[in-house]
Amino acid sequence: MMRSRPPLVEVENLSKRFGTVVALSGVSMRVFPGEVHCLLGDNGAGKSTLIKILSGVHRPSAGRILLDGQEVVFHSPRDALDRGIATVYQDLAMIPLMSIARNFFMGREHVVTRGRGLLARLDMRRANAIAREELARIGIDVRDPAQAVGTLSGGERQCVAIARAVYFGARVLILDEPTSALGVKQASVVLRYIAQARARNLGVIFITHNVHHAWAVGNVFTVLNRGRTLGTFGKDEITREQLLTMMAGGRELEELSAELEEFARADAARAIDVAAEEKEVAATLRREVAFGSGFSDDGRRP
Amino acid sequence: MASSTIAERDERLRPSGVVRRLFGRPELGAVAGYLLVLLFFAVVARGTGMFSAAGILSFLEVSAQLGIVAVGAALLMIGGEFDLSVGSMIGFAGIVVALPAVEWGWPLWLCILLAFTVALLVGWVNGMIVSRTGLPSFVVTLGGLFVLRGLTLGITRALTGRTQIPGLRAQLEGDWLAPLFAGEVGTGIMQWLGEMGWIATRPDGLPLASGIPVSILWWLLLTALATWVLLRTRIGNWIFACGGDPAAARNLGVPVAKVKTGLFMFTAVCATIFALVQTLSVGSADVLRGQLKEFEAIIAAVIGGCLLTGGYGSAIGATFGALIFGTVQMGIFYTGVNTDWFKVFLGVMLLVAVLFNNYVRRKATEGR
Repeated sequence: MMRSRPPLVEVENLSKRFGTVVALSGVSMRVFPGEVHCLLGDNGAGKSTLIKILSGVHRPSAGRILLDGQEVVFHSPRDALDRGIATVYQDLAMIPLMSIARNFFMGREHVVTRGRGLLARLDMRRANAIAREELARIGIDVRDPAQAVGTLSGGERQCVAIARAVYFGARVLILDEPTSALGVKQASVVLRYIAQARARNLGVIFITHNVHHAWAVGNVFTVLNRGRTLGTFGKDEITREQLLTMMAGGRELEELSAELEEFARADAARAIDVAAEEKEVAATLRREVAFGSGFSDDGRRP
Repeated sequence: MASSTIAERDERLRPSGVVRRLFGRPELGAVAGYLLVLLFFAVVARGTGMFSAAGILSFLEVSAQLGIVAVGAALLMIGGEFDLSVGSMIGFAGIVVALPAVEWGWPLWLCILLAFTVALLVGWVNGMIVSRTGLPSFVVTLGGLFVLRGLTLGITRALTGRTQIPGLRAQLEGDWLAPLFAGEVGTGIMQWLGEMGWIATRPDGLPLASGIPVSILWWLLLTALATWVLLRTRIGNWIFACGGDPAAARNLGVPVAKVKTGLFMFTAVCATIFALVQTLSVGSADVLRGQLKEFEAIIAAVIGGCLLTGGYGSAIGATFGALIFGTVQMGIFYTGVNTDWFKVFLGVMLLVAVLFNNYVRRKATEGR
């Protein structure tokens, strides 16, 4: 593990309450450059709350955030962004009806602005060229950067969002369930890009509840359950199965598997009767057909 | 990046020529619709004087008056909000100018500055209520529609006992600001055109169309300004984003509340420009001015390709929407058709435009 360097981001004892609901309590984690830190947990584990605090959407109720060892307070998403923490949200933060290039530079238009004062204007030619280049670099062939983002596939949109964050100098990349809505092929495109970001020495926080995706690119795994952390593990310290068990909340999963075994036993017991049952069904069908009622009212033939 | 890679990619592009690109523009429907309207009246209103200099200027003026308000409405709609209070704002701005000028003898320029200040304030209040409460702007500004109209009526009647304030014309002379909103420009050119015999003249030699109404210039200026802002500035990017997906825009650091409030202020300013042009040209203010203009402005914006859901549209489209509006209105007048039919046409036009827009939006988000 490359842990000799200081962490990029560190959270200490972070807690967040929404009214009476405790969404996070006492969570700590550290993210190093060149590492994909997977944040795992079931729905409601507090993953989204944690990253919303890190990206400046929420303020923590207690605890602190350290950036390069310095304590920081984010007042807005903009604040976090300006300090190099970029978040790619689950719902993407893309405007479907706007062009790829316009989305790419959204909120960062000054980069492609020419002129000053009243004559300040967007250089769309340059914006289009940069957007196309940056996407080409990650292997996405944009036919026309002026086309609407709505025309892209889910995986391509994720990649545009990630490419955008990287282009604007993100040092910490927070990816909120980037693969959860994607097909296998598209997810692999995104995963490959996450690996690229790691290779460029970025710190990546990869939120997912898909252990297979996490395992494919992750170096470090932190498991959250009901707002608490169950620990942080290096890839050599844990197996995929252990992670899965932990994510589902240990005992719950054991209960579930016991239940499943119960079902299996019941099925086996019933299997003996199946032959007899089939005969009876066939007999019933014949009777029904004979009476002319059959199953024909929903269009199926018996 | 090497330009060769881009060139390589370009070869794989399906040719997306000018025509294809034009088809992606929101104002396409309105421009095409307007050509149809022109063609229709070129045949039907032939020989009625509709297409003489005076006729053209008259339908342009009608279009301009709506267009000034429609451009504001279009920007606001692209930003994802409605303003139903613009009609009432027109009436209100009228008396804000006329009351101090006529009743208290203020100089006109001061009254005009006051009217703009009041408009900015009204727009700001609308914007703040909408962005703070998260209520639909439809409801908030519907409230504004009644409040402003009621205030206009109440204040005017309480102070003057009437519902009209005449006598502004006298103050127009010598004011440094007011002529910007009143009268005509280019009278010299029109006179020259008349002398050359290219446009119709009266028996005394002066042209029938004595000049270009200043409202037309305001309309063109506002359209150009709005188009520039929408397509070439950061604010424009933000306006589209606010209407397209406010949550996403906020996450990307766009100050959504500020943008929307700014748009409400701009709409109110547009309404005030219209009110000033009307009040100062006619020389009187009337508490009922601007009624139904809020709907006409929205209709023009929708005909011009603005989506009701926001995030898509153009100022040029709204301008063509207003042109269709004005041309048909005057065309019906010139051809002597009963003007009742104008409303039927409007309603049908609106429905057709919305259907067309939905189709265009679907196309825009499908692959090209």
